[in-house]
Amino acid sequence: MRDSTNPGAPLLEVTDLVKHFPIKRGILIDREVDQVRAVDGVSFRVEQGETLGLVGESGSGKSTACRAVLQLIKPTSGSVRFEGREISGIGRREMRPLRREMQMIFQDPYASLNPRKRIGQIVGDPLKRQGIASGSELRRQVQELLERVGLSSEHYNRFPHEFSGGQRQRIGIARALSLKPKLVICDEPVSALDVSIQAQIVNLLDDLQDEFGLAYLFVAHDIGVVRHISDRIAVMNEGKIVEQGSADQVCENPQDEYTKKLLAAVPIPDPRESRERHSGSVQ
Amino acid sequence: MSPAPLLSVSDLRVGFATEEGVVQAVDGISFDLRPGEVVAIVGESGSGKSVTAQTIIGLTRANNARIEGSVKLEGEDLLSASDSDLRRLRGDRIGMIFQDPMTSFNPVYRIGDQIVEAIRAHRETSKSEGKRRVVELFEAVGIPNAERRVDDYPHEFSGGMRQRAMIAMALALEPEVLIADEPTTALDVTIQAQILGLLEQLNRERNLATILITHDLGVVAEVADRVLVMYAGKVVEEGTLDEIFYDPQHPYTWGLLGSLTRIDRPRPHRLPQIAGSPPSLLDLPDGCPFRPRCPHEFSKCPQYPGLEARLPEAADHRDRCWLTPEEKKAKRLVEGQIGLEPPPEVRQA
Repeated sequence: MRDSTNPGAPLLEVTDLVKHFPIKRGILIDREVDQVRAVDGVSFRVEQGETLGLVGESGSGKSTACRAVLQLIKPTSGSVRFEGREISGIGRREMRPLRREMQMIFQDPYASLNPRKRIGQIVGDPLKRQGIASGSELRRQVQELLERVGLSSEHYNRFPHEFSGGQRQRIGIARALSLKPKLVICDEPVSALDVSIQAQIVNLLDDLQDEFGLAYLFVAHDIGVVRHISDRIAVMNEGKIVEQGSADQVCENPQDEYTKKLLAAVPIPDPRESRERHSGSVQ
Repeated sequence: MSPAPLLSVSDLRVGFATEEGVVQAVDGISFDLRPGEVVAIVGESGSGKSVTAQTIIGLTRANNARIEGSVKLEGEDLLSASDSDLRRLRGDRIGMIFQDPMTSFNPVYRIGDQIVEAIRAHRETSKSEGKRRVVELFEAVGIPNAERRVDDYPHEFSGGMRQRAMIAMALALEPEVLIADEPTTALDVTIQAQILGLLEQLNRERNLATILITHDLGVVAEVADRVLVMYAGKVVEEGTLDEIFYDPQHPYTWGLLGSLTRIDRPRPHRLPQIAGSPPSLLDLPDGCPFRPRCPHEFSKCPQYPGLEARLPEAADHRDRCWLTPEEKKAKRLVEGQIGLEPPPEVRQA
């Protein structure tokens, strides 16, 4: 057995993670002509209870990296250790108990909830599948979760279409938390929401982190939001991490050109500052 | 010095009959748009900002819609215009760009051909002449290799490039008015900055008048001249860009300003947030519809105040809140770092 859980190890440690997608061409026989280097040697770690922000633009490979960490897609190479244990390349069955510990919140609250299922089922399914609760106990736990994320226990029997984008994202959060994970991977959890609702969700994630001691891998393209929620930030561009450091360090004293470019593009909600910035810069 | 308005919207009301009752999506909005000016309409989903924009160009005409008030383009009433008159105006005098560049083009036709078709619907030009024009437009909006890209299909364009192509199409007939509905919401920040820069350049160089619809005051700060803040179908505050940012009068505006993450300031322990969600338009509370979410509700709020000038020194700044300007100044400071830097030059301007 290689169940080598190491108490001193970081919660999640990713080393030299690589995911290449082949580009194939050919009429009868597919030949691999090239590769898309979506994730090209990425290393980072997430400690217990901490938030690592992974920021980058579309196509930077950040979502692919998340999926490879969770083994939702098979990494080409590299190591993913969870509590010291290597999970890259292990079988589905071996992975299953670990799924309790690592959950995911998705970007699109309209596409990530099954429209035919009631909220109670959506949130309760992980509990049922992992054999944690059933019957009236399941219902009680789900209703408690719904209330914890700012919904009402009466929402148990409703369908996703009856909810706004922000409320749907709360449902996704309740589903991710139902198994009391140690790590939650949040893939652009607020970018589809109104700015006012973004703040609610960010604050909720903050509160839940304090309450349950969660660690987040928070993936987003908006470095403003990432800075607010993260302890540390890793900036990703073209499949590689170009800069990594504490949130304030990266945002206030960026070293990499790409990080600087990203920061300069964030709109500043202050007309005078914005005018100053434009008159000084070459757009 | 202000020139005559190009587009004048007055007391526009748009209601939709549904099975559950009439949804009054837009409830009496008025504003003027002058050449070269950018008016931003800001609000959350369901505030009526997009319906306002769509009604201006006649996209909300439907059997269940009731549209009242007037929308005048240099005196010509658009609300009573016939469908064929509207078709003539759309694209020709009023261009529109939509939020979602992914679904705004037909996926089975080449992008260039779609724009040529739009041009030829209004102007007598040959196809080759039209295509030359599209190449010019692509170059103007910063699409590289324009010559080659006109023959591409929509899926071969990235999100930012598709939005540029949308802008090229909206500008093809050199309209005087551009309506931009969340033009950068689906884009990365670096692409957003480029698109906003492009819009600003068009305003300056072509004297284009723009209505910008957005939920993000950060975007507004970059490009707008005047701002209307909408809530539940009504304008709750309107003023110049600087007034809205440095002397906001309505608690809802404070909420919108406060909930922004700002990289130019030390991060707060918690983001100020607006509690709850926008009300259902079928079941509005009596009085001020923001009341249930407002931390400053008091005895006068069950009555809805009119949109009035409440600041003695700014006659064009109107809002719907009963608090006195002094109370507002004190309360918004408590609520967050809002209106913190009232620059002296704003008031004198």
